This record gives sequence, C-alpha cells and structure tokens, in this order.
Amino acid sequence: MTTLTDPPRESFRLSMLLYDTRYRSLTFQAIALLLLIVAIAFLANNLVSNLAAQDLNISFSFLSSPAGYDINQTLIDYNSQSSNLRAAWVGILNTLLVAVLACLTATVFGVLAGVLRLSKNWLVRKLMAFYVEIFRNIPVLIWIIIIFTIMTAVMPAPTAFRGDDPASSMVLDSIAFTNRGVYIPGPHFSRGFGADGNGALNWLIVIAVLVGSFFATRMVTARANAAQEATGVRPNTLWLNLAIWFVPIIGVLAIMGLYWDMPTLSGFNFSGGIKIGGPLIALWFALSIYTGAFIAENVRAGIQAVSRGQTEAASALGLRPKRVMSLVVLPQALRVIIPPLISQYLNITKNSSLAIAVGYADITATLGGITLNQTGRAIECVLLLMLFYLIISLLISAVMNVYNSSMKLKER
Amino acid sequence: MAENQEEVKMKRTVFLGALTVAGVAAGAAAAATLDDVKARGKLNCGVTTGLVGFAAPDANGEWTGFDVSVCRAVAAAVLGDPAAVEFVPTTGKTRFTALASGEVDMLARNTTWTFSRDVDLKFDFVGVNYYDGQGFLVPKALGVSSAKDLDGAAVCIQTGTTTELNLADYFRKNNISYEPVPIETNAEGQQQYLAGACDAYTTDASGLAATRATFEAPGDHILLPEIISKEPLGPLVRHGDNEWGDVVRWTLNALIAAEELGVSSANVAEMSGNTNNPEVARLLGTEGELGAMLGLSADWAKNAIMAGGNYGEIFAKNIGEETPIGLARGLNAQWTDGGLLYTPPFR
Ligand SMILES: N[C@@H](CCC(=O)N[C@@H](CS)C(=O)NCC(=O)O)C(=O)O
Repeated sequence: MTTLTDPPRESFRLSMLLYDTRYRSLTFQAIALLLLIVAIAFLANNLVSNLAAQDLNISFSFLSSPAGYDINQTLIDYNSQSSNLRAAWVGILNTLLVAVLACLTATVFGVLAGVLRLSKNWLVRKLMAFYVEIFRNIPVLIWIIIIFTIMTAVMPAPTAFRGDDPASSMVLDSIAFTNRGVYIPGPHFSRGFGADGNGALNWLIVIAVLVGSFFATRMVTARANAAQEATGVRPNTLWLNLAIWFVPIIGVLAIMGLYWDMPTLSGFNFSGGIKIGGPLIALWFALSIYTGAFIAENVRAGIQAVSRGQTEAASALGLRPKRVMSLVVLPQALRVIIPPLISQYLNITKNSSLAIAVGYADITATLGGITLNQTGRAIECVLLLMLFYLIISLLISAVMNVYNSSMKLKER
Repeated sequence: MAENQEEVKMKRTVFLGALTVAGVAAGAAAAATLDDVKARGKLNCGVTTGLVGFAAPDANGEWTGFDVSVCRAVAAAVLGDPAAVEFVPTTGKTRFTALASGEVDMLARNTTWTFSRDVDLKFDFVGVNYYDGQGFLVPKALGVSSAKDLDGAAVCIQTGTTTELNLADYFRKNNISYEPVPIETNAEGQQQYLAGACDAYTTDASGLAATRATFEAPGDHILLPEIISKEPLGPLVRHGDNEWGDVVRWTLNALIAAEELGVSSANVAEMSGNTNNPEVARLLGTEGELGAMLGLSADWAKNAIMAGGNYGEIFAKNIGEETPIGLARGLNAQWTDGGLLYTPPFR
C-alpha cells in the first residue's frame, strides 16, 4: 500500500503570476480588465469635460416637454402638444409593428423559398436560387428605397380617383392603392365598449374569444386522440372544430355590431378605413424579402442537415413525401434552423431603423431624429435609443432561446 | 505594505492627472477658431446639400449662391482668398452637430435664428442675411388659394427644422388637420412633391421660390399668400468663441454697410485709394485699425467685398429679380429704402 504524499508546497512568489501557468491567465485577464476600465473611464471623462467646455450638460428633462411636431403614423393618441416621451413611445410602437410584421412575412418567404430550393423541379429550384442570390446580395437600404420609389412613381395620386371619370378607381370599391399608401376598410363597432364604442377593450374581447376557441379545439383534438388510442377509430372532428372557431367569434362580433368603415375620397386624401402608409409598406416588404432570402438559406441548411437515411426510412415506412417533410424532416431541421433564425429576427429589428430613409416614423426617426434635432439633446437621445434596441434584442433572444430549448434534442 | 499603498496612491494620481490633461486638451480645441482657420489656411463652411441660389454646386462643381457668398467673404477677410473654403453640405438634421463638433467653423445655411438654438443649443447667430417667413407651395391644379384650405392635405416637410414646428402650430391653431410627409433634404422634398406624394411643400418662402425655379414648369405651381412665421436666416458660430463670432459678424456687417455706403466690387479698389467719407476709409482699412482689432489684416473688409460684391450685389446675382428665382428685396432692403437691413456703425 502506498501512501499519498502531498506535493511539496511552494510558497507564492510574485514571479509566479507570469511564469506559472496556473496564475498566468488570471494575470492577463486582470490586466485586460484594468485596461478596459481605464479606457471607459477615459472616454467618459473626455465626454464630461468636453460637454462642460461647451457649457452643455446631460439632462433628460426634455422628455416631458411638448414635442411640437406631428407624426404621420400613430398607434396611440398623439398630437404636437404631446411630450417627447410620448413621441418616443409612438416611435417604439411603430418600430415594433414593422419588426413583427416583417419577422412573420420573412419567415413565410424564407421557409417557402428554402423548401422550394430543394425541389425536384429544375425551374422552381433555379428561381428560388435566383431570388436568394439577388435579394441577399443587395443592401437592404437599397431595397427599401427601390420599393418606395417605385410605389410613389407608379401608383396613382389620390387626385386620380376624383372626378366623374376618374383615371383610377378603387379595387372592389373598397381598397384604394395610391402613391401614399393603401387604404383598406377598417373594422368598427356600433355597439362596442369605450369611446364611440371603439375602445381597445373590444379587441381584447375578440382576442379572448379566439384564444378560448383555440384551447377548446386543442381539447377536442386531445379527446379524439384518446378515442383513437382506445378504440382505433378516430372520431371526425372537422365540423366540431370549425364550429368552435367560427360560431363564438361571429356571435361576439354581431353583438358588438361590427361594420366596415370604407375609405372614401374626401378633400385631398382618402379618409376613413385603415391606411397602410407607403413608408410602412416599403419598409415591411423590403425587410421581409431581404431577410427572407437569408432565412431561406438557413432552412435549406437545416433540411440538408437531416441525414438522407431519415427520409429513406420514412419513405420505406410508406409515408408520402409531404408527410416525410412535415413529420420527419422539418422537426429535426428546426433544431438547426432556430439558432440562426434568432439572429435574423434581431437583424430585422435593428434594420428597421433604416425607416428614416423613407420617412417611416420609427423610434430612430422620432426620438433619434426629430426630438434629437429639435432639442439638441444628442447624447441623451442616442443613449436612450441604444438602450431600447438593446432591451428589444435581448428580449427577442430570450424568447427565441426558450423556444429553442423546447425544440432541442432532449437527452435523457 | 505601506510602500505598496504609497505606490497605489501615486499610480492613481498619475492616472487621474493623465485624464485631466486629456480632457482639458480636448476641451481647449473648441476655442480659438480664428487661429485654427488661419493655421489650416482654409475655412470649413457648413452649407445646404443643395438649394439653387442659396448654396449649390454649379456646372463646374464650384459652390455658388447667396449663403456661399457669405462663406467666401469670411474666407477672403480672414485668409485673403475667397476660394480658400471647404464647403461641407449639411442637412437640416446634421447641421448643428457639424457645427458643435467643430467639423465646420461656421454655418451659412438658411438657418433660422431662434431662442433655443441661440441659448439652449449654445450657438451664436451673428446677424441676419435674409429675413424670411414660411410659405406653402402647391400645384395650381390643386385649386387651392389659401393655406387654410389645406385641411386633410399631405404636406412635405423637412425634418429637424423650425418649419416643422411652425407647421404643427399653424394647423393646430386653425383647427385643421394634415398628414406630415417627413423628408431629409430639399432634393428629396422636391422629388416627393413632384411625384405627388404630398399635396403641398412647405419651408422658407425663399427656399420655395428657389426650388420652384428649378422645376420644368415653374408656372404650374403657386406660392400661397399666407406666410405663417418669421424666419430670420443668418450665419452662426459656436457659442463661447467671441473673437471668431466677431469676425463673422463684422464681415457680414461689412457687406451690408458697403451697400449702404455705395462701395461695390467695381469701385472698392478705387475707393480705398481716395475717399473723403471717413466711415468708408475706416471700413476699407485706410484709416484706423479695425482690422487689427479683429486680429485680421487692414484690408479685411476690402477683401470681403471684392470676393463677391456688397450685400446688394450678392443678392442681385444669386436670388434677385433678374435671376430665375426672382426674389424682390422686400424686407431685405437697406433701412434707408424701407427695409430691415441696418448695420451698426464702423467706428
Ligand atoms: N429656416 C428653417 C429651415 C431651413 C431649411 O432646411 N431649409 C431648406 C429649404 S429652404 C433647405 O435649406 N434645404 C436644403 C437642404 O436640404 O440641404 C430652419 O432653420 O430650420
């Protein structure tokens, strides 16, 4: 039997910080940290002293003073007497609106193009390759401007809809495509809640009903599964599900008196209905097709990462190609697709700040543009902007990471 | 142990000292613009991105215009060479950052003198070179004869300007609505307006006249009669460098005084030789030492006037009634002719 002896204990010497591998990396990390702190302190000090030299200070009180300017797309109540903070909120909501819309459509474009790029049809495959290469290799700012310019140049001005024999007319008498945007009928309630019966509460009710229907159909499906498991016969749930989806919502809308407010030409512009402004369309569409091209490549990579054996095995079991894709390939591909998809969503959100090129009133245009300029509070505004994008990006990553870990291969 | 603490303390002092020095060095660079310009041999002058008549490159790529002439006069006064100017195009949004950061030494860019720009943004307006007001440009075909008829119209408006705020105030006051179409530069505004993306274009009336002059069919567009604001446009410098502010202020005054005193680019050489008007002699540096007081040569004002002529000549050549822009002197006539131009005496 051997006895373990402690290695001879060396006493700590200063030179060990450099020559002993146990301490060396710590030493370098400490030095790097120190340098970083010095650099940041230097920059901060420089900023403060430069501001002082110009008699300027850092203050956020401008946020509560009236903004003084109007904004063309406001999702919340806003007028020129509202505060700069309110203007910033209008911008934040506009940023979120275009980011969410663009994330949705970019995903649709991306998945379609990615799957079709692997199609057996030569023409479809090449067309999709063409789409991907064209769109991802031209900067998104250029796409935004191209789409916006084409829209303003090609579509008719509202005046073209005027007169007895107008040069342009509304599609189906309800939708007007103009160079300022698209006007569509807007839903209104005649017996709803809130101001003029059109408060936000109505929409909460609608959403609540839809969510209720969703869970009800899930329960129906679960019961059908259980029945199938027990008896081997799956009860037909189609009509029941359709009824669950449609009957309650139609009932609620009828009770609240839904009607469509049609856009009509009055004065210089269309009024009534919902206006989807030209800048929003250009930005939304450009971000979608541009990012869609990147997502398409992610999807293709994800699908190709699933080994052929899986497809072959699934086919050997007699699954049809569509089911092979949806039941075997895509679920596995998702694991590869989701992490890069997170960065694409982040890109969309950050790229939405290019809104300024077409006059879309996002946060960069309101807080980081007009407010910054009219108040001269550049540092404060830019700090707030950075904070906003940081928070949003971190939130998106957090949510997507949760989703990612729920899709991840569960190793037990 | 004690030694170590000493060392730490010493290091900290050195470190803080270094920071202070760096900070002070950076701060000091803001002052003494006159010396900087002389050392550089070139004046950095912030102008518009292009507004014909006020500041725009001509066919040969040379910047010309009413505001450009102010830059050239200052360069001539300080450096003796009207061509020693680096023109920096700025938009309504970038102009103040460009000036505050020291990228330009002065701005001569259709900029309205307002309280907050003067006091809060820490700039000094050295005077007014054009008394203006905000107007509206509309196509004749729109059939509008007053700005009050513009209810519901889409209005093109340059962001970061006073005109943006005036517009909001005006429509609010008159209880009518509009839809702002924000644009960054005058060129963009012109394009959007002509494409029909907005029903009306609003900015300084002088700017509208200048913009309209570049249209293919200027006659199809009219300026509405309402002038909704006061827009005194003038050159500005950073607050706190009074020597430099004086140089720009008195160069502008020299151009205005020259017109009042009958000194023009044609007769300035001759008049500096023999004049019996003592104020002209002081202005042109043959008597007294006004130049030295500014830290400039004795013939500073003479150089400034020779650069592009006196105020009246500059006006007539760039935006006057003989030009396509065709602006009348109006408020911008000498006080002796019933206008607002009134320079303090040169003595
Ligand atoms: N006077 C106003 C407006 C100045 C302004 O931006 N004017 C326009 C039109 S007159 C301009 O100079 N545009 C030229 C450019 O976009 O660079 C202000 O100081 O805020």
